[in-house]
Amino acid sequence: MHGLINRSIEAFLAETYGLEAWRAIVARAGIGVESFEPMLTYPPEVTERLLAGAAAHLDRSREQILEDLGTYLVSEPRMQAVRRLLRFGGESFVDFLHSLEELRDRARLAVPDLELPELELHPAAGMAYTLDIRFERPGFGPVLQGMLRAMADDYGALVMLDHLGAAGGCERLRIELLDAAFAEGRRFELCARAR
Amino acid sequence: MPPSDCLQIDRARLDQLMPMHLVVAPCGSIRHMAPTIRRILGPPDPARTRIFDLFEIRRPREARCTGDLRRLAGVTLGLRLKERPGTTFKGLAVPVGPGARGDLLVNLGFGISAVDAVGHYRLTASDFAPTDATVELLYLAEANRAVLTESRNLNRRLQGAMIAAEEQAFTDTLTGLKNRRAMEHILTRLAGAEADFALMLVDLDFFKQVNDGFGHAAGDHVLQSVARTLISATRAQDAVVRAGGDEFVLIFPGLTDRERLARIAGRIIEGLEKPIAVERTTCRISASIGIVTTAGYGHPDPEAMLRDADAALYASKHAGRARFAFGGPDAAQTREAAGEERATHAGDNARADQAAPGRRA
Repeated sequence: MHGLINRSIEAFLAETYGLEAWRAIVARAGIGVESFEPMLTYPPEVTERLLAGAAAHLDRSREQILEDLGTYLVSEPRMQAVRRLLRFGGESFVDFLHSLEELRDRARLAVPDLELPELELHPAAGMAYTLDIRFERPGFGPVLQGMLRAMADDYGALVMLDHLGAAGGCERLRIELLDAAFAEGRRFELCARAR
Repeated sequence: MPPSDCLQIDRARLDQLMPMHLVVAPCGSIRHMAPTIRRILGPPDPARTRIFDLFEIRRPREARCTGDLRRLAGVTLGLRLKERPGTTFKGLAVPVGPGARGDLLVNLGFGISAVDAVGHYRLTASDFAPTDATVELLYLAEANRAVLTESRNLNRRLQGAMIAAEEQAFTDTLTGLKNRRAMEHILTRLAGAEADFALMLVDLDFFKQVNDGFGHAAGDHVLQSVARTLISATRAQDAVVRAGGDEFVLIFPGLTDRERLARIAGRIIEGLEKPIAVERTTCRISASIGIVTTAGYGHPDPEAMLRDADAALYASKHAGRARFAFGGPDAAQTREAAGEERATHAGDNARADQAAPGRRA
């Protein structure tokens, strides 16, 4: 798994639960790494063991942890870059949903060896969509769920999200758009202000 | 032009398709501005209504009037705003409407200056046609910056780790011998344990001539050969240190017997005097050696011992090189003995002089 993914999990766990908890999780997972390098690649088992360690230590399900991770990636001020890059996907939440199909290619343009899930958006009845998620490893759908929830907030849209389960290596989310302009949403400027 | 080859399009639709275009009358006055250009130029200024009032055409240079633009139809234009020269555009002008003296449609785009312009005019995705890749360009610029920052951080961490590793290293990278840091470590340990040991300072003779005459690569080769000689002349428990350029320190734990040390020193000089083949030449060097043992010092004091060994080494150099001498508190008596001994292992002065590096047929 790409170091960027492991590093985000690390940042999320360490910042949400504290350094001590992070160290305990790492020790429990027995991965022999104290901190991940975002630009290196790690064997996929490392991520799995890390998640299992976190679930055991925090007494939360893997799904809950991953969903919170997704929210964290978008809403945490230190992760601004992720939120901004996602916002480039479109002017409205619906535009953004459609841009998810490009997510993998967009990510690869920036980081050629970063493998992200393949996403496919299908319109359903009314203002609803289903999102099919295919990834090298199953069980990462909840991350998308958390991200979409936070992105809807960012756009000021009111949505209902459901994880419909997995079948044949494909996870499916249902997204129901209740109100596209429910709240004002956060501003997005194409050019980041000088930091 | 046959009617079937002509397009009719609503102005509003054209604005959607090309939100950065101008329609210019034959006299040069701007008849229409598409919305994004309007945003960039701000409210119209009645004093400046002509395209050449607002834009400087940088490329091609000969474009001075609309007539020139008409002749240059289809040629890539380079423009910049007179008001803000940092805002540059690429453009293409094509004639529109009937007749040879109709209007010109000039479509503009930012090209690579998009990052600056979008930031300055606070443009949004809706200011660009969906077919325009400007937003993707901005995305890429930002993504690249983020990735570059990560890479730079990684490099900084790796560099820090490398420096730390080098500082902690005990090995001389060229010869694989121990380095000065390792030597200090070993001496401190031996002195702390009040252990008996001997120190031998070995300084190569004629090495400078090798470096000067045959280059540093040859010098490096000779140093590696020296390292092998020193290793083979010592025991496994002895430490062979490259303390500087062509200076070596040998540490012999538990060994203070002068006769044995003299034999070892003799063997080392003999070994080092063997010609060393470097590519198509042969280098010849020798060595001067200063020896001290802990005997004679109340407590072993590495610093004083190194100083005394150095003095003995210089006595050897002074006495004609290619020889060894004992140093330390009881050096006076031994120096004589050592001087006498010299002839038995290293030949005479004449031979030492011949040991200068030279080519062999």
